[in-house]
Amino acid sequence: MSENVPTWGLLAQYEDPHAIYKACEQVRDAGYEQWDACVPFPVHGLDKAMGVKPSRLPWVVLSVGLIGSGLGLWLEAWTSGSAYPFIVGGKPLFSLPAFVPVWYEVTVLSSCLAAFFGNWILNGLPRPHHPAFASKAFERVTDDKFFIMIEAADPKFDRAKTEALLKSSGATLVEVLEP
Amino acid sequence: MATANTTTLPDDPKTRGDVVLDEQTAGREALVRGDYTFHDITEKVLAVNEKPILKTPAPFKFGIALAGAGFAMFGGYIGYLFWEGPGIWGNNNPVAWAWDIVNFVFWVGIGHAGTLISAILYLFRQKWRTSINRYAEAMTIFAVLAAGSCVALHTGRIWMDYYLFPIPNQMGLWPNFRSPLEWDVFAVNTYLTVSLLFWFTGLVPDFATLRDRATVKWRRLFYGILALGWRGSMRHWVTYEKAYQILAAFSAPLVLSVHTIVSFDFAVSQLPGWHTTIFPPYFVAGAIFSGFAMVLTLMIPAREWLGLKDLVTIKHIENMNKIILVTGTMVGYAYGMEFFVAAYSGNTYEGFTFINRMGGPYWWAYWIMMTCNVITPQLFWFKKFRTNVKLTFVLSIFVNIGMWFERFVITVTSLHRDALVSSWDYFVPVTEVFFLLGTFGLFFFLFLLFIRFFPVIAMSEVKAVMPQANPHWEGYGHGASGAVPAGAVAQGDH
Repeated sequence: MSENVPTWGLLAQYEDPHAIYKACEQVRDAGYEQWDACVPFPVHGLDKAMGVKPSRLPWVVLSVGLIGSGLGLWLEAWTSGSAYPFIVGGKPLFSLPAFVPVWYEVTVLSSCLAAFFGNWILNGLPRPHHPAFASKAFERVTDDKFFIMIEAADPKFDRAKTEALLKSSGATLVEVLEP
Repeated sequence: MATANTTTLPDDPKTRGDVVLDEQTAGREALVRGDYTFHDITEKVLAVNEKPILKTPAPFKFGIALAGAGFAMFGGYIGYLFWEGPGIWGNNNPVAWAWDIVNFVFWVGIGHAGTLISAILYLFRQKWRTSINRYAEAMTIFAVLAAGSCVALHTGRIWMDYYLFPIPNQMGLWPNFRSPLEWDVFAVNTYLTVSLLFWFTGLVPDFATLRDRATVKWRRLFYGILALGWRGSMRHWVTYEKAYQILAAFSAPLVLSVHTIVSFDFAVSQLPGWHTTIFPPYFVAGAIFSGFAMVLTLMIPAREWLGLKDLVTIKHIENMNKIILVTGTMVGYAYGMEFFVAAYSGNTYEGFTFINRMGGPYWWAYWIMMTCNVITPQLFWFKKFRTNVKLTFVLSIFVNIGMWFERFVITVTSLHRDALVSSWDYFVPVTEVFFLLGTFGLFFFLFLLFIRFFPVIAMSEVKAVMPQANPHWEGYGHGASGAVPAGAVAQGDH
């Protein structure tokens, strides 16, 4: 690894969930902030081993769901009671019980749209390219290999020390990622 | 360890908490059967997707051609329908709803098992669902599309269907939100949208696998776009799993609400035979019943042909047969309860409708329904029949037939005897059989394309339920023996 190549970060490969779990604990305890673990499936408890905070998504869904729910009921009340007032089946213009099914469906729809789009937006996806995609080894990340990448932008990043940490944590391969 | 080849299962399956089967299958009813590595799962699931286009297996080509022909025929039939109008159907004055609505309820019901498997079983932590949920979700979407085309076409003048949506129009009209038919528009559209979002969310990590393994440019590009740049980041997985959980949590009550609202199309009217409070739960049970049967009908041949028997095991089939038995019996109870309520109400019209249903001009439809839905599924009380794949396949088709006839019985027999004897009529289909076959063409065409190009088994989910996916797993039988490194268990908070 030449020191002259611009470095985006270091990529380390691990062979199984146990190894990456242990390694993540070590990287977390070493105080790194801008790093990530990439795995083919969510390894149970790995977020805690990494010190990742719980997702903010539920709050997004709650707020959008409440707004959608309010708009849904408002749509029914306004169209039936004001825009086109018309007595149907002897029911009052604002007939809440009969409005419940559509109100409910609109609430579900808006919450699910929020969960779907919120998920991709909070994760910064779609993102067509990422420095790790240049690595040949990284192609196995969606198959059966486990990776840790530590960014050079991390204040604690030191090429030699970080590489030593990754190697001592059980990595079977450490690569330099270029920006 | 990622390579589990050297480990063996404990001799006594009970110690693993598994269902004990007969000797033939005992000892291999783990969710994933056999000693597979994560990589083996990828290879196995993607085998069919990664075949070059020109090397598509012949049965596949034949199937796609056949279903495509059915789909094309459907297109032609729709053209004919537009040209002539719904007069090409056998609908008559009292029987204003017939095959159009029967097909709609049939297809919507089939869709429900997909959501049940993907959402409700997920929330109940039923890990066995991971091998079948992708399938079932795809089935949901294509079934709802088939249902949607039936209900959109039944209006006759389909170009006026935009009246159903709350869109400002030139006449200042707005939809009537107090009508069950309007509720249905919202329920079915919400259901289709949410099912699509849920399905796509589940597919993204598997699309990324296909992208990373692509050997040809078009495949890298095609799956690359669908994968949205997914790189398996654990920080992403945290939000992703939360999104998946939320979508499941909303889909579960949604699926119940959709068929409840479909049943309101009938129950909120005042027609004898339709106007009953038992309809919502009865329709939901029937929907799950028919959907599970359809999953089995599709899955049994597919696991055979795609070589996925170790992922979709006899245990999956047995579990689904148990659900068919339960829901089939619930449906049978509802059939009986309808008669009881009609008798107990003392209402002449109600009483007549049900006696007529069983012994009137459509007696044959009623008894096909009873035989296929209530009588034959009772065989599943016996393990011998539950674990018999061929018999399961035949019975699943019986259930499909029976549930189609259930909707026929409810819709047509309740309508054909109006309040005045002078209005009585008998419904005979004219060209409707092409309508039904056309929706099957649409359904199977999309389903076969799905099997060919998308991973039919949720790989990332299956990998996550394999024993070696647990970071503390050290092989069977080593758990308490001190072989686990101290740090692995000392965390304690996960």
